[in-house]
Amino acid sequence: MKTIKSIFALLFLSMGIVSCSDSTDDAMPVSDNPLEAFNLTSSFEANGHVLELYSDQDGYFLGYNEVYVRIKDLSTESYIPDVTIAWNPVMHMTDKTHSCPRSEITATGDATVYKGYIVFQMASNTDEYWELSLEYRIGGTTYNATEQIVVNAPVDGKKTVNVFTGTDDVRYILAMMPFAPEVAVNDFSAVLFKMETMMNFPPVADYTITIDPRMPSMGNHSSPNNEDLVFNPESGSYNGKLSLTMTGYWKINLKLLNGNGDILKGEDITEENEESSLFFELEF
Amino acid sequence: MKTTYPYGAWSGYLGHLILALCLGVIPLSPQKAQAQEPILAPIIDSILPIDLKEVIVISSFNRGIEHKSQPKPLSTLDQYLESSKKVSMVKRGAYAWDPMLNDMTSERLSITIDGMRIFGACTDKMDPITSYVDVSNLSDIHVESGQQGARHGNVIGGALDMRLEKSNFRPLGWTGAVETGYESNNTAQIVGGELNFSNEHFYVDTDLIYRKAENYTAGGGEEVAFSQFEKYNLSTNAGYKVSENQKLLASFIFDEARDVGYPALPMDVSLARAFIGSLSWVQDSFIGDLENWETKLYANTITHIMDDSQRPDVPIRMDMPGWSDTYGFYTQTELILDDHHLIGKLDGYYNRSLAEMTMYPNDPNEQDMFMLTWPDVRTLNSGIYLEDKISLKESSVKLSTRLALQTFNVADDFGLNSLRIFYPDMAQRQTRVLKSVSTHYHRQFKALHLSGGLAYGDRAPSVSEGFGFYLFNSFDNHDYIGNPDLKNEKALEANFKMAWPIKNLDIAVEGNYFHTWDYIIGEVHPELDVMTIGADGVKVYTNLEYANLYNVSLDMVYQLTSELDWSGLVSYHRGTDQNGRNLPFISPVDYRARFTYGDGSFSGSLTLSGALEQNNFSADFGEDRTPAYTLLSLSMGKTFSMGQDRLYAKMGIENIFDTYYSTYADWNNIPRMGRNFFMTLSYAIN
Repeated sequence: MKTIKSIFALLFLSMGIVSCSDSTDDAMPVSDNPLEAFNLTSSFEANGHVLELYSDQDGYFLGYNEVYVRIKDLSTESYIPDVTIAWNPVMHMTDKTHSCPRSEITATGDATVYKGYIVFQMASNTDEYWELSLEYRIGGTTYNATEQIVVNAPVDGKKTVNVFTGTDDVRYILAMMPFAPEVAVNDFSAVLFKMETMMNFPPVADYTITIDPRMPSMGNHSSPNNEDLVFNPESGSYNGKLSLTMTGYWKINLKLLNGNGDILKGEDITEENEESSLFFELEF
Repeated sequence: MKTTYPYGAWSGYLGHLILALCLGVIPLSPQKAQAQEPILAPIIDSILPIDLKEVIVISSFNRGIEHKSQPKPLSTLDQYLESSKKVSMVKRGAYAWDPMLNDMTSERLSITIDGMRIFGACTDKMDPITSYVDVSNLSDIHVESGQQGARHGNVIGGALDMRLEKSNFRPLGWTGAVETGYESNNTAQIVGGELNFSNEHFYVDTDLIYRKAENYTAGGGEEVAFSQFEKYNLSTNAGYKVSENQKLLASFIFDEARDVGYPALPMDVSLARAFIGSLSWVQDSFIGDLENWETKLYANTITHIMDDSQRPDVPIRMDMPGWSDTYGFYTQTELILDDHHLIGKLDGYYNRSLAEMTMYPNDPNEQDMFMLTWPDVRTLNSGIYLEDKISLKESSVKLSTRLALQTFNVADDFGLNSLRIFYPDMAQRQTRVLKSVSTHYHRQFKALHLSGGLAYGDRAPSVSEGFGFYLFNSFDNHDYIGNPDLKNEKALEANFKMAWPIKNLDIAVEGNYFHTWDYIIGEVHPELDVMTIGADGVKVYTNLEYANLYNVSLDMVYQLTSELDWSGLVSYHRGTDQNGRNLPFISPVDYRARFTYGDGSFSGSLTLSGALEQNNFSADFGEDRTPAYTLLSLSMGKTFSMGQDRLYAKMGIENIFDTYYSTYADWNNIPRMGRNFFMTLSYAIN
């Protein structure tokens, strides 16, 4: 028996030598300021209040911008809960003005913080600028504030918003929702609006956006197991899956289909046709 | 009290189980034992001729005379292997050939150095383990076919165990040698040396070899671009006798190759480097009646840098470095009990395989493209092996079994998420149970030896087969994707051998058959899009329903006079899947005949070798019909005594008629070397 015991002892010993441990995830950091992780993109005084706008980006950029809002009462130095806010961004072009697609502003888990998103379809330039008007209601009183803001062109020059006329002669705005791309199957979302008037951009529901990601530098390599974007009524966005097989520059070729399956914009990728006229770009 | 234990299928009998174990002393191989040296517990198998084992003797010049049978003493290890009867080599250039046994390559074999598991770090098999040692530090290579090799690991095709040369406490004092060689075809220069000290209590052996070769020229004069290489290898072995019964042994190998061209591939290797070390404890007697207890701890680390910086014209520049680290142990012991000779062995290893690919876009403003081609796969394998050789009247039986547990862990999240693009539900870890049983029977009728065996074994997928990510195979021009859901490959194997000496003629006929279920191979998935620019498609590793492989050979030696003999070998191989489709890398009929002359100081050989046309090729794998070829080579050697020292000179011509040819195992049909003159000089200082 001694022999067998020693053998088992050896066996276990050997397992000890070769086994390895996995690291554990760190706990999420806790902070007192709910917006500490974001950047203050605008702060302006009006009506005895300071209106603070935050973004996870370093300013406003062309395309989809998620914006957090809170309002400080200067007399009490405290943030005001339960405010009803509406917003209206307006582009002052040299010859005309127009607005852009945006969501409602809704409450968040923190009663003093509100959030929504704006899709800027053009950037500011030396002659043309954006103005953001906020109309907010505290108690029974309605206040207004307007401030000029700067919308930057993307630093990397990648296309994340498309403005186009479909085969149905409707003008659409399609914007990619930002995400941190990984070599993996990524959750991938976009928002779609149509332009009814210069000032009115209602969301479009129940269309389909097909995706075909390609790497032009790799002979137009594509990836498997992508899922087209379909409308989710709860979030109001189009959601799908995007597979990225490596880092680098990807062109996400798109087609927009209406509820009947008619192609409103975009083309299939073939040997002859290497890109669609409707696309997003990303690089990581 | 003696422990008794039921032994597998061996009904009823209780035998002594052997258990503790470890590495073993590498027994002195019988042919190396010289008359004047003490016999150090040699494990000479007098019970059962090891019929299915082939021993390729390498050894260095001053250790014996057996090297004279090798036409080219300082040839690469690859050439030694190729000259063997059972091993063939897949070639992607002049360096780092990939050994095949029974038409199977590394994933179906166990390739070990003194029993140590080592795994190449190249996703494209450009660094087989045999490329990290050299002839300077090996004494011999044991080739065991099929499950006969299960002692070393879970195998289908067999095992190659390369044994390091050791002075092994022989009372030789200081000895040394310098060797140099030159080959005309690729202006290869070889310089080597060794310095050894050995007495009855202690020995230390060191050797060093350096090789540098330029491009070689194929038959007819065509230069094969990117076939150069440069490498050096340093190794040290030491042993200390703690007591008459106990030995502590250590070995260390450093091997580095630089600027290695692979003409058959789109990329080369700027660096392939290995550190290989081990420590062993050996005891002649162990607990009770157990003897020859050997325990070895080992570690090795390999760095392999593949790049295309020397290639003038590529669609995209890329770097593909890879790393493989292995830590392992084994412990083994033996028990001789009446007619039984039992061996027990416990072993385990832990391997980490990581490889990446970075591609540099032609537009310098674009980000680099990066992927993990081996996603940091951690393999843990622990096994137990038991063997019993039973001597009966005029016959013997060998029974052996291995049971192992193998786990894979994809440790890198980046790599795991990459693979989950293809396998969304893929688990990070998986465990497999691996089994092997084999029986072998040998019987002697007067001079006639008959033997046969039946065996069953399985293996887990290799890292590339299970977890590879867009590995480009330039032979069939497809990208390969691993498949973590592969089933284990299982083989039922039958083998036979008949050896019949008639006067001066020895005839041996031998054959084996493998019926392999769930044979792992890549199959085209047309819906997947290629990654590599210019590739024809994507293959995913898949289990075939089954595949059949068989190999037969006829081997003859005729002693014409005491100095002159003739040997001949003809072999035939066939491999098909369940639909009769040919498997890749199956040799056509090949043959070899050699006259060997040797008296006291002069030796010479004339070799004819060749193959018939390869008709049973696998077009799906990129193979085409390989034409027949025949080669003739000649070598001559002479030993001169200079006092106590000896000088040995050898020269010869390979491929005398400068034939242009390539074999079935030449990647993308690259032509082999044309006419080559070689010369080696060895000087031994005693």
